[in-house]
Amino acid sequence: MQKNKLIKFSTEVIILAVLFSLVQYLITTGLLNQYYQINLTSMCINIILAVSLSLINGFTGQLSLGHAGFMAVGAYASVIVTNMWDYPFIAGLLAACAAAGLAGFIIGVPTLRLKGDYLAIATLAFGEIIRVTLQNIDYVNGPAGILGIAKLTTWPWLFGATVLTILVAVNLINSSYGRAIISIREDEIASELMGINTTKYKVLAFVIGAMFAGLAGAMYAHYFYIIKPETFNFLKSFDILVMVVLGGLGSTTGAIIAAISITALTAALQSFPAIRMILYALILIIVMIYRPQGLMGNKELSLKTFGRIWSGRK
Amino acid sequence: MSLMEISNLYKSFGGLSAVLDFNFHMEQDELVGLIGPNGAGKTTVFNLITGVYKPDQGSIIFKGRDLVGLAPYTICAQGVARTFQNIRLFNDLTVLDNVKIAAHKDVPYGLMSAILRTPYFFKGEDQIEQQAMKYLEIFKLDKKKNELAKNLPYGEQRRLEIVRALATSPQLLILDEPAAGMNPQETQELMELIRLIRDKFNLTILLIEHDMSLVMGVCERLYVLDYGQIIAEGTPQEIRSNIRVIEAYLGEEVE
Repeated sequence: MQKNKLIKFSTEVIILAVLFSLVQYLITTGLLNQYYQINLTSMCINIILAVSLSLINGFTGQLSLGHAGFMAVGAYASVIVTNMWDYPFIAGLLAACAAAGLAGFIIGVPTLRLKGDYLAIATLAFGEIIRVTLQNIDYVNGPAGILGIAKLTTWPWLFGATVLTILVAVNLINSSYGRAIISIREDEIASELMGINTTKYKVLAFVIGAMFAGLAGAMYAHYFYIIKPETFNFLKSFDILVMVVLGGLGSTTGAIIAAISITALTAALQSFPAIRMILYALILIIVMIYRPQGLMGNKELSLKTFGRIWSGRK
Repeated sequence: MSLMEISNLYKSFGGLSAVLDFNFHMEQDELVGLIGPNGAGKTTVFNLITGVYKPDQGSIIFKGRDLVGLAPYTICAQGVARTFQNIRLFNDLTVLDNVKIAAHKDVPYGLMSAILRTPYFFKGEDQIEQQAMKYLEIFKLDKKKNELAKNLPYGEQRRLEIVRALATSPQLLILDEPAAGMNPQETQELMELIRLIRDKFNLTILLIEHDMSLVMGVCERLYVLDYGQIIAEGTPQEIRSNIRVIEAYLGEEVE
């Protein structure tokens, strides 16, 4: 048991180290050009967003449509800290997480009493409130947004943030706290009667999800030079939701795979500007017809799965 | 002092009085049945005790504390656990996880331990798993621990519900029609199981049931509910010959 755990842990560390060094090598030698670097960055940011939203929508079963709002809070908080107050990047990231987490708490406590469609509408409205509020704050230049943000999001930061998000999400889900969260999705009344404070755990999942959305926002702001409220509109929330649903509600690996595929698909479809959205929609419809439970359903892909395929038995 | 004492409980839904001046008491280690025709308000009483509904009036004193107004999870923490008339398992989770969730209220490690995977986490998880397996073994569900709850046969789903309720380590176990949909042999087994768990876990059990052989077989005292009111109370023998109970079930005799 102990030995197996050690082997699993070291395999994971080795895979991550190899992945990290490989990409770092490709970037320093210039083999990965600007275009691929931008896509890689989007991919990582989307993974963070999808994994964090999957915690709320997929595992807790609470339909939230305001994820871009938390991303905006994180982006603005980090830019204020780094760009306007001249603190280091790490301070900006922490501020982003804290501010977005706080926003998640303030929004979560009243809205998470609602269920299903009502919660979706309330979170959608809150996302829009955040955006409109930012548009009206002169300190952050209103609708024009903030320009000339230092490019601080480098591959090590990005890689670290992505791994951290996945690690926290996976460790949380595979614990007693995670089981409590999942039980809310399965049957809220039964969960409450089995001694689980469902409101507390809904808010917990919501706050953690919001914190990582904030982290993604900070990463985004410090890579693309410019942020404006319009970037974080309802459509952005919807994009993230599509990734979660496509990956499978209740699967972290599903969310990761969907985030990677959708980012790659969007990039590939750039070459057909006229029919881009039609193709995108068509692909989503086809996937949903043939895999209504999402690419992964609520299953997870793990090293064990690969091990099974490797040894040839299923 | 009684383990649970309910006095003057009222609950109405709009114009319908579901529970009317309900008075009830239960002693430690008793096995009490609540019977009555369909729609008499039995499940409503259970929902009032466990906090799903708030009563309009009255008090539910459990171990000297009033449960009225407490959230269901707090009531569960006080030591009241229940099963459901229409099975409410966590369907997409395994049998083992269903039981583990019920143990969450006493989770031995913190959230940070879980995220950072400290030794406390691994020790705590082992402890939870052993405890859950202990319950599953008693109910002969240990071999099915990795099956999804929804894939179990009906009788086993009912059993799993009881296991899950027991895993919250209650003092009072409330069973809402545990034998519904079971054949006579399964009911017989269930009766033995109910007696077994009562002795093994020192439980006080309150149950609703329509199957008279089960009610008369295991219960020590019965309450009969009709139109939201208690119409009779007593031992199974007394209830069997009570004229008001016969009327409630079969209707009045025509002169």
